[in-house]
Amino acid sequence: MSSEWPLWEIFIRGQHGLNHRHVGSLHAPDAEMAIKNARDVYTRRNEGVSIWAVEARHIAASSPSDKGPLYEPSESKVYRHPTFFDIPDEAGHM
Amino acid sequence: MSPEQLFEYLLRLGDNTLVLGHRVSEWCGHAPVLEEDIALANTALDLIGQTQMWLGYAGEVEGQGRSADDLAFLRDVWDFRNVLLTEQPNGDFGQTMMRQMLFDLWHDLTLESLSESSDPRVAEIAVKAAKEVRYHLERSSDTVIGLGDGTAESHGRMQAALDLLWPYIGEMFTPDAVDDAALQAGIGPDMVQIETRYRARLAELLGAATLSAPDAPFSQKGGKSGMRHSEHLGHMLTQMQWLQRAYPGATW
Repeated sequence: MSSEWPLWEIFIRGQHGLNHRHVGSLHAPDAEMAIKNARDVYTRRNEGVSIWAVEARHIAASSPSDKGPLYEPSESKVYRHPTFFDIPDEAGHM
Repeated sequence: MSPEQLFEYLLRLGDNTLVLGHRVSEWCGHAPVLEEDIALANTALDLIGQTQMWLGYAGEVEGQGRSADDLAFLRDVWDFRNVLLTEQPNGDFGQTMMRQMLFDLWHDLTLESLSESSDPRVAEIAVKAAKEVRYHLERSSDTVIGLGDGTAESHGRMQAALDLLWPYIGEMFTPDAVDDAALQAGIGPDMVQIETRYRARLAELLGAATLSAPDAPFSQKGGKSGMRHSEHLGHMLTQMQWLQRAYPGATW
């Protein structure tokens, strides 16, 4: 039966001011039930103050087989890290 | 309201949540999908938590030194004061959710009134329980609507569940001497008003679920007075109480 229900990805904000974080996925017939299921499955121990549910098919994901062209070129570009500046002492920790 | 009557009144509240809570817990590990399994277990735990508060207070009012555990595990069928609806067997998932919705609707309205009770302990417990029950009701009514207005198979099962449980609704609203005393003392709600609001909300909900209310005014009674429980309660208690019966006083 569960295979007939779409898959939802669940994001929960733990405290006010923090970002929503992906906590897992679940099945539900619609968005409203996805929120309710998320409440029951992922906030039983007081983990959250806000829930987002996104149907998994709406998430565009990068392909693991593309990781060479996608990520490796940045490995050799150390100048993209702003580590070549002298920070005045009075600026403190950055 | 005499202490005996208040004790009786608190037993009814606590036994409703105890018996339904145990019934719902029977689904643990057996629900049709994982999400519903966890949701049902959460509901059962909420109800058992409410039971601790109601029966704990009942024990204090009685003044015989009985704890909530004593009342839950060491009374026999005829001492229970839950309405008959709560002890009805789970049946299929649809029947369980129908029973839940029919009870949640009453529970929600009743706790809302009890939150204003002249008895501060009753009001305090009701305020805490009302938040949990508001969610139970949202969940059970959404599920009843979803399954009622679903496939031909799910619609048929929900209509059968409604027909089966219909005769158990009336007992929740039929006041007796204890209810009247609670109303007089400002402790409990006016059940006639609760019934009016219940019937209106139920009609709306059944409409959305495309289910039809049976044209059958007869209602069963005998649960909250303890006069005549259905045969199901005794079987349930043998499961629920076996450990304390087999090993009296066992703790862990």
